[in-house]
Amino acid sequence: MSEKIRVIVAKPGLDGHDRGAKVIARAFRDAGFEVIYTGLRQTPEQVVHAALQEDADVVGLSVLSGAHMTLCPRIMDLMKKERLDDVMVVVGGIIPDQDIPKLKECGVAEVFQPGASTEDIVAYVRQNVRKK
Amino acid sequence: MAKDVSDRVGKGVERTGPFTTVSGVPIERLYTPEDIADLDYEKELGDPGQPPYTRGIYPTMYRGKHWTMRQFSGFGTAADTNERFHYLLKHGQDGLSVAFHLPTLMGLDSDDAMSEGEVGKCGVAIDSLADMETLFKGLPLDKISTSMTTNAPATILWSMYLVVAEKQGADWKKLRGTIQNDILKEYIAQKTYIFPPRPSMKLIVDTFEFGSRHVPQWNTISISGYHIREAGSTALQELAFTLYDGIEYIEWARRSGLDVDEFAPRLSFFFNAHNDLFEEIAKYRAARKIWYKIMTERFHCRNPRSAILRFHTQTAGCSLTAQQPYNNIVRTAIQALAAVLGGTQSLHTNSLDETLALPTEHAARIALRTQQILAHESGITNTADPLGGSYFVERLTLDMEKGCWDYFDRLDAMGGMVAAIEQGFPQREIHDASYDYQKAIERKEKIIVGVNEFVMDEEPPIDTLLIDESVTGRQVEQLRKLRETRDNGRVRQTLEALREAAATHNVNMMPSILDCVRAYTTLGEICASLRSVYGVYEEPIF
Repeated sequence: MSEKIRVIVAKPGLDGHDRGAKVIARAFRDAGFEVIYTGLRQTPEQVVHAALQEDADVVGLSVLSGAHMTLCPRIMDLMKKERLDDVMVVVGGIIPDQDIPKLKECGVAEVFQPGASTEDIVAYVRQNVRKK
Repeated sequence: MAKDVSDRVGKGVERTGPFTTVSGVPIERLYTPEDIADLDYEKELGDPGQPPYTRGIYPTMYRGKHWTMRQFSGFGTAADTNERFHYLLKHGQDGLSVAFHLPTLMGLDSDDAMSEGEVGKCGVAIDSLADMETLFKGLPLDKISTSMTTNAPATILWSMYLVVAEKQGADWKKLRGTIQNDILKEYIAQKTYIFPPRPSMKLIVDTFEFGSRHVPQWNTISISGYHIREAGSTALQELAFTLYDGIEYIEWARRSGLDVDEFAPRLSFFFNAHNDLFEEIAKYRAARKIWYKIMTERFHCRNPRSAILRFHTQTAGCSLTAQQPYNNIVRTAIQALAAVLGGTQSLHTNSLDETLALPTEHAARIALRTQQILAHESGITNTADPLGGSYFVERLTLDMEKGCWDYFDRLDAMGGMVAAIEQGFPQREIHDASYDYQKAIERKEKIIVGVNEFVMDEEPPIDTLLIDESVTGRQVEQLRKLRETRDNGRVRQTLEALREAAATHNVNMMPSILDCVRAYTTLGEICASLRSVYGVYEEPIF
């Protein structure tokens, strides 16, 4: 068992706006986490496969295209199927207020909207992660 | 009381800094004639309309004509966006600018598995000529100018536009507009690439050649710094990488046998307008001057128009906040002011709600009105380059130029931009800058009103545009019908001819793409065909 928190940072969907994903990946790294960035345009299957393969504690999804209500629930379903229920999923990007309760209902732990600070996100993950 | 003031002045007490631009460049307390002592007016500035065009490209600037107010829009189906186009033109907008949805930008049809959840979300869904016909219904293409933000599949969408014009009976020689067609900044920043760099650069050179012969008033590329800046670069990096991308396109076109004066007058540029007013103004002024030097000294152009940098500006989406969104109107106004004081040829002002969703009609109208207020009420259009000669602005302009030449030396040493991209150089520079900026905000060295200072606990929500989820169903159904009713034999023939052309060295791809489009072959089918020959680009993770 590794001491470090293992995080997958993934970008599902078709948009290429990876500024946020890369900034948060680096902030996690600077906080001492083990970070795996998947790169762009990952299908839900690829994201969940990476979480499984890398024995992740946390999956961070970044979506700015507006497709989050299609992609995130699908990823959560696949996570459940793979018995990855103990893996914390957090979402960041252009997520309107009204979608946040729906995302949480399907198992997303927290949603970070534009303006969220990397320090707050790191602190949230530290406090809430269930280290395996 | 009086003594306090004189003490403060005498001791030079200042607020705790740092006093830096939004890009982190230190700024002095005062600029004086000494800062521009070596500035040679004729050589470094010139009157507006005179080389090196630092002060603007026209002698009259906005006394002759205001900039083109061009709001980028697109959502839902072609019919939805056509309605918005008519609305914007009715409210005084001058030119159209099409935002395509992500599947179109990635060369996928709306019924592709990867398109699920994305149809009509970030722009308008265009799968075939049929959609393009709907998009421009009731709009005479020889009378309006249209900008299309498309890169990897630019040849295909431009071909669709040309065929719509053909069907309207409009002469291609009269068509005015722009395709973005700038793949280098996609590899660098925005990442909507499809094919690897080499075939992508070839397609772009094909459009230069085709445009110069058949659509002479069309800007075949808009070399873009906008997305580089949005990805987190500094103002200097935006300028340096963009202008160097311009150099790279010219090098590739020359290598394929084109003469620089054949296509250079149709090269156009696209810059960001961020919050730091004077830094941005200096950036635009330096851009014109550097491009003039590049074209005359590096490429020895003979046509004076080849050395003139024309540009579009969009205010910085990345500067807008989800918190207290009405404040974004003010940010956008300041950014638009920078663009106009910097001499832009056209402008898009962002809507206040863009960090939340695509703009509502109401938000889009305020954005357009912001430009109209600048044009008609502010008085800044009465004289050309009103800030010319300012110690501060001229110093910033000179520093911006110097920084660019330094970057150019490094990029030259790497073997050009394609090589630099393969080494991850611009990507790393931008990522470092964006991380530094984020950290500066978190340390409160940079204040973002409503985000890290002047925060409100409770904010009333604002109305946002919701994209009707029935868009996917309608679009996919139309596509299914199209595939049933078109002449599929002809589709197969055009795709076969396309593959052959792609596999043959030195054949301009435009004619075979136009034939595909005329047969209602879809964008996804054309791209799949090209992918089978060219391959796809996978970004190395740096």
